[in-house]
Amino acid sequence: MSARITTVVLLGWLLLVLVFIFAPIVAAVVFSFNSDRFPTIPLGSFTTHWYDTIFADAEIGEAARNSIIVSLSTSVIATMLGFATAYTDYRYSFRLKGPYLALILLPPTIPLIIMALAMLAWLSWIGASGQLWSIIIAHSVLTAPFAMAIIRLRLNQIDPNLEAAAWNLGSSEWRALRSVILPFCRPAIVSAACLTAAVSFDEFAVAWFVSGLNKTVPVIILEIVQGNIDPQVNAIGSLVFLTSITLVVLAQVFFISRIGRT
Amino acid sequence: MTDPLVILSGVVKRFGDFTAVHRLDLEIAAGEFIAIMGPSGCGKTTTLRMIAGLEAPSEGEVRIGGRLMNDVPVHERDTPMVWQSLALFPFLNARENVEFGLRMRRIDAAERRRRAAEWLGRLEIGEFAERNVDTLSGGQRQRVALARSLVTEPQILLLDEPLSALDAHLVIRMQGVLTRLQRELGITFVYVTHSQSEAFAMANRIVIMSEGRVVQVGQPREIYRTPENRFVAEFVGRNNILAGTSRGDAIETPLGVFPAAGLPAAGNRATLVVAADLVEIGRTPSEGAIPCSLISEEFVGATVTLFLEAKDGTELKVQLPERALGDLDPHAGGDFHLSWPADAGHILVES
Repeated sequence: MSARITTVVLLGWLLLVLVFIFAPIVAAVVFSFNSDRFPTIPLGSFTTHWYDTIFADAEIGEAARNSIIVSLSTSVIATMLGFATAYTDYRYSFRLKGPYLALILLPPTIPLIIMALAMLAWLSWIGASGQLWSIIIAHSVLTAPFAMAIIRLRLNQIDPNLEAAAWNLGSSEWRALRSVILPFCRPAIVSAACLTAAVSFDEFAVAWFVSGLNKTVPVIILEIVQGNIDPQVNAIGSLVFLTSITLVVLAQVFFISRIGRT
Repeated sequence: MTDPLVILSGVVKRFGDFTAVHRLDLEIAAGEFIAIMGPSGCGKTTTLRMIAGLEAPSEGEVRIGGRLMNDVPVHERDTPMVWQSLALFPFLNARENVEFGLRMRRIDAAERRRRAAEWLGRLEIGEFAERNVDTLSGGQRQRVALARSLVTEPQILLLDEPLSALDAHLVIRMQGVLTRLQRELGITFVYVTHSQSEAFAMANRIVIMSEGRVVQVGQPREIYRTPENRFVAEFVGRNNILAGTSRGDAIETPLGVFPAAGLPAAGNRATLVVAADLVEIGRTPSEGAIPCSLISEEFVGATVTLFLEAKDGTELKVQLPERALGDLDPHAGGDFHLSWPADAGHILVES
């Protein structure tokens, strides 16, 4: 009997946690369809007006385009970097491997604002700030460790003889990498690509510092909010959330369904 | 006799400070089924990996078909291996696994399919061709691994304890499959194992290794009946090993004096080895028989091994068919008397 009470209490607790996390997001989505200018209860009537205005707004459209370019490029670069480092770790053992891995995993532990400042200082010093690709560089640095961690997890599950078996059957090292290691890692690579795209798409601090005139979606949201109270941000926020959650769910689907198996 | 297919000469393999293989010399003939056997860590797998090119010898030469292989990369050697873990590609189905080696040789798709089908059929797994290898049983996976290695029609097949993960009854079945294949194909099988029964059941010739050195090479029967040193006598079969001193035509041991052939000059140290299955056991004392008491027994169906202790504490083993146990009734306790024919003893002379 007491076990059942425990279960009920724990389920209740879980529900509270979920409400705590998702209520603000649900609120933003609800108010994005609300005709009133101010987010108050009772609600006004249902409208898609705010979505119409953001799609009509050239500046927001530009920001969306920037965000998409940045997140796709970041995803490709970071996943490639992540794969390369994870494979190096899997395949080779060398002195200083510990420090090597620590350095690679360092970026996420640095406070974002420090990272953003450092990126701005460095990129302007080498004359590369204020460009779209400045954001891509910064985001790649920031997200590559996530890609590496996911792919490394997959490589930990590989039969250590699998690659050697390919050599033994006549593959050169490059062909074995292509025909054995890459297919084996595919679920993790797709996951990593989704996750790094999601992180880049949402990232504000670094983008704000290094973007110059090339605003991304999170940057434009801040600008709108600073100006006035505008329900358009709810609409933008809802769309950004939808994009991110889709990418994260996709990453989970590939990760959990495939990685569990060897 | 034609030239040997594989020649290892003066091969040494060191990993840092550890020497895995010491000065190994070994010739493997074409068409031979050779087993390399020894306890774990004896260097048998390292030797196999050097033939495959997965390890580079620190010293010495590896030749295959007369060609010096030391600097030939793995993928150009054509020495396919059946791995202990099988190492099947989990993202490919059975047929694609078998086709892998052909794909790497850039053989066209139709020909690949034909040859893969032929080998899957030959190993009686044709019906599983399109199945994911994760869904196959241990025995079926084993056959996929074999087909994958043999589809390129190599001159030599390397096998690294391939049966160690199978159930006992499947091991016997696969032993039959392997010996039949080897005989039909007429190619060289190099089989690494720690299992005496696997090596003895299949190989024409057995190499026993210990601590990185070859300690005896011979046919299974030779190895079993005439071990050349104490290590082989202890590792292979069930032997009673008695250290003693030569008297010329007999050996003096703590358990008595036993006539034996092949002894060194009188006064020298020697060791008497008597296989447990050659020892005779009885209830009644007789001339020269050793009185013993039973410690334990090991019953494995057709054969029974009795472990006994002589008066001075020496442990002796007797192996006999279960049906020969007769009215011996080991459980009743009491004394037993052990003896053996003069020609059952085998003498080791070690420096």
